[in-house]
Amino acid sequence: MSGVVLAWALTAAQAMLVLAMALATWRMLRGPRAQDRILALDSFYLNGMLVLLMFGIQTGRTIYFEASVIVALLGFVSTAALAKFLMRGEVIE
Amino acid sequence: MSGAPDLPEWAAWVVAILVVSGAAITLTGAIGLVRLKSFYDRVHAPTLGSTLGIACILAASIVCFSVLQSRLVLHEILIAVFVTLTTPVTLILLVRAALYRDRIEGEDVPPHE
Repeated sequence: MSGVVLAWALTAAQAMLVLAMALATWRMLRGPRAQDRILALDSFYLNGMLVLLMFGIQTGRTIYFEASVIVALLGFVSTAALAKFLMRGEVIE
Repeated sequence: MSGAPDLPEWAAWVVAILVVSGAAITLTGAIGLVRLKSFYDRVHAPTLGSTLGIACILAASIVCFSVLQSRLVLHEILIAVFVTLTTPVTLILLVRAALYRDRIEGEDVPPHE
């Protein structure tokens, strides 16, 4: 009984997170300006990381945890670099 | 629907509730990202997901792996600390860049102090 509930809850949560990623993609494509696209990319990274964590819970394996740590790191670095680029016009001065 | 870990009754309910609420909060933030009008409004929306949404799903992960491995598994706190530290930093950088661009183009934003 509780296993079925948990399986459905995990599936529903994954569906909601993927929908959140789709909404972030819409904002990324729509714009209207560069800062909106970067904000949407940041949110997209975060939701992708949560989807990986959900895979980890679903399969009971810790390898997905490590993948989500790396996604979180890459999300931070890329957003910081893109914000720097908007500010200065170049990343490394 | 593709399987679930073999958890006892109470842990399955706790994980299910935490996971669904975390995903719902994150989805609310994403809807805000689409629907709010200006960039400075939209900056606030995804932080729902990066605070409470992440907290709920990481708590579910901690409960799940602690019960599965019969010991306290806390490595998820690493992600929580990292995201809590980096989200404000990136958003401050991004909003500063947006303000700079808007000032250059003469938009109606507060002047530089």
